[in-house]
Amino acid sequence: MQSILEVRALSKRYGSTLALNNVDLTLPKGKIIGLLGPNGSGKTTLLKIVAGLLTPTNGIVLVDNQPVGEGTKALISYLPERTYLPDWMTVDDCLDYFADFYADFDMARAREMLTRLNVPANKRMKQLSKGTREKMQLVLVMSRRAKLYLLDEPIGGVDPATRDYILDTIIGNYDNEATILISTHLIADVEKVLDEFLFLKEGVITMHDTTDNVRETQGKSLDELFREVFRC
Amino acid sequence: MAWQFNSNRPIYQQIVDEIEMRILNGTYEMGMRLPSVRDLAVMAAVNPNTMQRALAELEEMGLVTTQRNTGRTVTTDETSVSRARDSKADLLVETFMMQMKALGLSRKEVLDRLAKGEPKEGEHAVNS
Repeated sequence: MQSILEVRALSKRYGSTLALNNVDLTLPKGKIIGLLGPNGSGKTTLLKIVAGLLTPTNGIVLVDNQPVGEGTKALISYLPERTYLPDWMTVDDCLDYFADFYADFDMARAREMLTRLNVPANKRMKQLSKGTREKMQLVLVMSRRAKLYLLDEPIGGVDPATRDYILDTIIGNYDNEATILISTHLIADVEKVLDEFLFLKEGVITMHDTTDNVRETQGKSLDELFREVFRC
Repeated sequence: MAWQFNSNRPIYQQIVDEIEMRILNGTYEMGMRLPSVRDLAVMAAVNPNTMQRALAELEEMGLVTTQRNTGRTVTTDETSVSRARDSKADLLVETFMMQMKALGLSRKEVLDRLAKGEPKEGEHAVNS
């Protein structure tokens, strides 16, 4: 099977803190993969390095066989953990902004999703609730025809009904060739949609398996396994 | 409304059970065209790959067939459906008998109870 992401001996050090410690990782194409770990385990750091926003201290990262750089940024659609859309922009402005930036942005799809969400096109970002802004951001990110989606806590700050909507959006809008890497600590909510998962603990990947395999061999859900592995 | 899954079995197996049940009880009629993998995945709120795997399993069981032009349909083969119904019924009876045994009832006591519990002709149910 072809891989979309190859990570070899990746480390990232912030001063005296080792955020990622010698990470090796291969992700296949066409899968939804959970990046799971407690707060401070290195999830965001890993995503930012793959997205090309942080430079690793050591190691190699290849996206679709290319080293991280301008070329790979075109292949990756990244949802940061907080929204970055300026307050003064209207919904329409944001759509145009994305259309200008990304050749693979599908305007029709974005509009359709926003209509379903009842987001009026002329509203400014500051007029939208926090949850609606997060949905808006996700719609923009999922409306790109990317090969690799990196979603950092897409369901962190929203209510359960919105979580369902967001997961629906993710399931309904990715094509079989694309891979989605979702970081979260809300495992019970996402495990139904995950093909595979990674457990990240203190900068080390301690487990990488399929969700079905955990249930088949251990008779327990990912949520239960997580609680055992990361017991405080 | 998303489908409910328990936490100790693989989700694709639980989807197989759910769709099998819908076929056996006629919710999905014989020969009916099934929704697309993606639509089913959204309905059940699961990963499309998981749904795909479940449908492949149902094809293997002979309950679902794939046509080149029309997509997936529920089988029109009565034998496959009745075979699936038989094995499902056997499984349920076996589970039931195990629970009764755990309760301390003998096979005969269970059978007596079942005979007594069945509504007599002209009556609706035991206690109505």
